[in-house]
Amino acid sequence: MTILLLPLLVPLLGAAGYAVFGWRRATVWLGTASASVMLASSIAIAAGDLPRTASAGLVRVDALSAFMLLVIGAVGLLATAASPAHLRTEIAAGRASTRTAARHSLLVQLFLAAMTLAVTAADLGVLWVAIEATTIVTAFLVGQRRTRAAVEAAWKYVVICSAGIALALMGTIVLNHASVHSGHEAGLDLAGLAAAASGLDPAVTRIAVVLLLLGFGTKAGLAPLHAWLPDAHSQAPAPVSALMSGVLLSVAFYAILRVKVIADVALGTGFTRAVLVVMALASLAIAASLLLGIRDYKRMLAYSSIEHLGLVALGAAIGTPLALAAALLHVAGHGLAKGVLFLGSGRILQATGTSRIDGVRGLLASRPALAGSFGAGVLALIGLPPFSLFASELGIARAGFAAGMGWFTAAAFALVLVIAAALVTRTSRMLLGPPQEPATGSVPMTLVAGLAVCAALGVAIGPLSPLLHDAASLLVVTR
Amino acid sequence: MTETVYVQLLDLTCGALLLTAVLILWRRDLSVIVRVFALQGAALTALVAVLAAHERSGELWVIAAGVLALRAGLLPYLLRRTLAAAGEPQREARPLVNVAASLLAAAVLTFLAHAVSRPLVTLAPSPAAQAIPIAVTVVLIGFFVLVTRRHAVSQVVGFLLMDNGITALGLLTTTGVGLVVEVGVSLDVLLAVLVLQILAVRIRETFGDTDLDDLRELRD
Repeated sequence: MTILLLPLLVPLLGAAGYAVFGWRRATVWLGTASASVMLASSIAIAAGDLPRTASAGLVRVDALSAFMLLVIGAVGLLATAASPAHLRTEIAAGRASTRTAARHSLLVQLFLAAMTLAVTAADLGVLWVAIEATTIVTAFLVGQRRTRAAVEAAWKYVVICSAGIALALMGTIVLNHASVHSGHEAGLDLAGLAAAASGLDPAVTRIAVVLLLLGFGTKAGLAPLHAWLPDAHSQAPAPVSALMSGVLLSVAFYAILRVKVIADVALGTGFTRAVLVVMALASLAIAASLLLGIRDYKRMLAYSSIEHLGLVALGAAIGTPLALAAALLHVAGHGLAKGVLFLGSGRILQATGTSRIDGVRGLLASRPALAGSFGAGVLALIGLPPFSLFASELGIARAGFAAGMGWFTAAAFALVLVIAAALVTRTSRMLLGPPQEPATGSVPMTLVAGLAVCAALGVAIGPLSPLLHDAASLLVVTR
Repeated sequence: MTETVYVQLLDLTCGALLLTAVLILWRRDLSVIVRVFALQGAALTALVAVLAAHERSGELWVIAAGVLALRAGLLPYLLRRTLAAAGEPQREARPLVNVAASLLAAAVLTFLAHAVSRPLVTLAPSPAAQAIPIAVTVVLIGFFVLVTRRHAVSQVVGFLLMDNGITALGLLTTTGVGLVVEVGVSLDVLLAVLVLQILAVRIRETFGDTDLDDLRELRD
């Protein structure tokens, strides 16, 4: 069996394990073990020769897929490593039973498998099916707590995302129509479509691309169909929020990148650039305006995800090799930082019992280790060195000005500054001040490890550099 | 089947597809809406059967059987069960847009669909491709139902209308997108409806109603 299937099969086995054995002492760390194997095999795939195909051409891994596999593996490991402690506390507090814990772990494994399938699928149709599958699997995770707010969030999530993803299906069908009549045998094969894209009918392809960008943009949390995101990300259990915000959004954005390559060849680079710039700036503006009045810290993190995906979209719109490499690095850095922050916010929620910003005071004095890593995470998020988001934001800005998109880039980064100010004031209110209770708490090792990797990526990309370079050059279309 | 009969049957089934979509927009009694939705599933099956008979394609007959089982059988059954579980007859009490305005909107959406799908028709002007605007209209009407209706079941029907339209589009453009993807898509739709059904039950348990106007816990 080829190693390409390992990241897909291991979480499926993990899910089967939870289905058979449930939540007991022996299975507590099963999820973490499965995520570690996923990460290890992703590293092995990324280090080997690329691109490779398996399963009669249904699975195809090139540099971009390998990079996304690494991000899924890393953030997946982070989230699953923090899950046992999270679930134990929930069970101890009576908010969950061992059955809930087993179901949670099972669904998380299926969630990881669906995301892996999405980034390794060779066919746009299979990619679509995988992304829709993530919606279905995570719907139950969002509504896990069964409170009014959680059920409402899950409903909105499924309705808006299913409708959005239905638009993407329509786009897929229209693109298939164009592909069949282009005289090539490509069908919906991504690599084949990209190679044969110059033969696609431009008018039909334009309709397909708009539908695909809107549809996958919904799942990526980009405006105009972003309304589900703050609700779903704030109501989901912390490890699930970390995965949804840290990787699911970028997996959906991965689909946009694949569509962009095809569209750029068929229509020239101007068309997707225009659509993506509008979506990016609208997302940034929405995030900035809503963050100014935010009162809930999990929603604050959710809006910040809209901001960061907006930045990634801006990088993709600029479309030079530097911009694309920076956008991909941003995906990795944001995944790690946001994963750490959502896990930290879950701990704060469990400790204080409220997700309101004004309900948390003096955290730095009462829980120094937790507050320290939360604060460091926010600093990473607003793009301070040494974290990798500094390097990637700098890269996107430089590429934007170099590519003659100075006005858009300047507007985007002005909004980023507003958002940074809002995040810092809200966070300092939570962390500073007199403690509400005596100092307790241990050092959260997973959070520190996540931040350390994020900082290491910012200092030296090291062995990732050729992979990033290859992935970016796959996405650059010269015409 | 001669070419004339084929075109006439094609137009007839597509007309039924459009008519049922408009009927769903018109009626407010939810049990009627679900019944009309089942009728639309039957119309879609007839459309696939006409295409299958014309192309003499075994794969299309398989898809026709699948469409019949899923969209005229299983999905309406699931919706009926959700309604029955809710007890007393359910009505769409306060749609955001009233019925008269909805029907006018449907007319506008039909024009829009014709304008938007012109490139699709001109790319390969076959009798089947001529019917593409109708499929797009059904998608748009479904989207309209989804955003203007406030009852959980109507929203699900809106989503399914979109999906019926997209399936029709897929079959009219080329002969679908391959059996593997077709099966995957149908499975996803089924799962999405199951998820929504479970959530509708949970909404009723926690809110005491399936009217989504009560969903206003989460906002900024």
